[in-house]
Amino acid sequence: MNNEMKDIDQMPKKSPLSFQIDLQKFEKATDEEKRQQEVMSESVSFFKDGMRKLMKNPLAVGSIIALIAIVLMIIIVPHVVPYGYSDIISVNGKRDKAAKNMAPFTWSEMEQAYIDEGGELFPHIMGTDEMGRDYFVRVVYGTRVSLVVGIFAALLVLLIGVVYGSISGYLGGKVDLIMMRIVDIIYSLPDMLMVVLLSVVLREVLNVDQFPFLRKIGVNMISLFMVFGLLYWTGMARMVRGQILTIKSNDYVMAAKVSGAKAGRIIRKHILPNSISVIIITAALQVPSAIFTESFLSFIGLGVQAPMPSLGSLANAARAGITQYSYKLIFPALMICLITLSCNLLGDGLRDAFDPKLRR
Amino acid sequence: MAKYIVKRVLLAIATLFIVCGITFFSMNAIPGGPFDGEKAISPEVRAVLEQRFNLDKPLPEQFVLYLNNLLHGDFGVSTKTGRDIGTTIFSSFGVSARLGGQAIVVAVIFGVVLGSIAALNRNGLFDRLIIFLSTLFTSLPSFVFGTLLLLVFCINLKWVPSWSPESPNYILPVIALSASPMAYIIRLTKTSMLDALGQDYVRTARAKGVAHWKVIFKHTLRNALIPVITYVGPMTASILTGSLVVERIFTIGGLGAKFVECITNRDYPMIMGTTIFLATLMITMNLITDIVYKLVDPRIKLD
Repeated sequence: MNNEMKDIDQMPKKSPLSFQIDLQKFEKATDEEKRQQEVMSESVSFFKDGMRKLMKNPLAVGSIIALIAIVLMIIIVPHVVPYGYSDIISVNGKRDKAAKNMAPFTWSEMEQAYIDEGGELFPHIMGTDEMGRDYFVRVVYGTRVSLVVGIFAALLVLLIGVVYGSISGYLGGKVDLIMMRIVDIIYSLPDMLMVVLLSVVLREVLNVDQFPFLRKIGVNMISLFMVFGLLYWTGMARMVRGQILTIKSNDYVMAAKVSGAKAGRIIRKHILPNSISVIIITAALQVPSAIFTESFLSFIGLGVQAPMPSLGSLANAARAGITQYSYKLIFPALMICLITLSCNLLGDGLRDAFDPKLRR
Repeated sequence: MAKYIVKRVLLAIATLFIVCGITFFSMNAIPGGPFDGEKAISPEVRAVLEQRFNLDKPLPEQFVLYLNNLLHGDFGVSTKTGRDIGTTIFSSFGVSARLGGQAIVVAVIFGVVLGSIAALNRNGLFDRLIIFLSTLFTSLPSFVFGTLLLLVFCINLKWVPSWSPESPNYILPVIALSASPMAYIIRLTKTSMLDALGQDYVRTARAKGVAHWKVIFKHTLRNALIPVITYVGPMTASILTGSLVVERIFTIGGLGAKFVECITNRDYPMIMGTTIFLATLMITMNLITDIVYKLVDPRIKLD
């Protein structure tokens, strides 16, 4: 290419009296030299940048690891441990009536005899409960139930809140006014009292016998979700609406509009990146609060159906023999603390990492 | 200001009305009447009973009658014990009020003091320790914390005697109740204190040589405390609901324990009465909080 330069590419001849710069004295930069001039960092997407910041926060990383460990545990343990959460321990097909309230890593007489004969049994890592069920499996299932409740409740809140809030914020005017008055009223209701009241009522009123799938989940759990769906979306809806309103009124949105950006681009490039972080964090913080509410309701006897354990109902049941078997309270309590603590710390970390207003 | 107060009071009354409506109609949606008991009763007796308790009238009319009775302080009669609900509520509320009041005082005092220490000692050892503790307390459900306190200090160490009506010992229940509001107040105070410390008037005060403690108490803390006021209403709600479990754990016969008891017994008129009573309390506290907040902080615009 270089050899076949056209006339137009040639350096023009310079008259000796001219003050113009003599272009002949200059060399063209090679590709290598051009590359050296590129000092700009590679373009980083909003998400990548946030994740990079998040990974630098040791507390957030720790809580991510803890949460992953818990999730792995509730997936793997039921396959590894040969006991079921509602099975009373039996040896060789015979019910072991003495295997009640055993301490961690101990065997009942029947089990000991079986082992002495050369049989192999899985140890009771957390002992057994007052009905002779393996406590470790119950705690793991309880964690599973509590986590599922927390995550589903958060998703429900996210869905309803985002739809409601964005409709309200987007339409504005009278619609917005009426929709927000409704939110105000629901918001000012004493939430815990209403939760208790609605769970009392819903579990009596709901009838799911026709739906086999719903029956499997249980009326209590469904009423729990309904309570969340009915009451807790208001905070999210308010926040989403507020976000949309503030972002819409920002100068850069105006600038984008003036320079001819379409509504789709404004939503994708300006409104979403600026609000998604806050939305995600609010949803993430909803998980521990849902777990809290669930365990609270279980504790006062309004939680999940009887043989199914949840962390709250396990802690409640453990109160009965607290003087002798205090470990039965410690395990579910530790689990609740671990989950809520890591969710809270992760939520804080996410906010620090993703909030555009905190960027330096 | 008067306009704001009137508006706010009206909103509170509307909320209370809605709470009453939800409570009444949802409780009536539960299948089965109060007289479907163990013994079958003859239709004549049932008719007389239903007339006596106005159950033969249509629901909306029953609601109006119920509201009317509520306004006259008549909460009705418990279906399980047959006692007057109003009397039960007011007699058991005394203990709960004392417990809750102490918890509020403890939460505010310790929350503000620890929060200020954390703010003044920013990124120092105390700050980290206090913030760690407050994160821990927010992640610890009050029933777990209460039971652990009972286990350690009452059963294992025997430092504190267990609760009895004759020799009430409020230490452990108050700690259990105040832990999570205190944690919240710590964070609130720390944030607003840091905010106040960065204000121009603090720099001015420092520049003209005002003593350090005076800057903190007179210029910073007084302004930093305003956001804490907003939390008093929600805190009342959280302490009242917290007392449901804490009273159960420490076997204190207050209103919280009674409420849980009537939930387990499916004593619907009692659930209704207690819910409305507690809701009134919470809504009133929220109302007072809002009004006081506007009175204290002149920067807040009245709409």
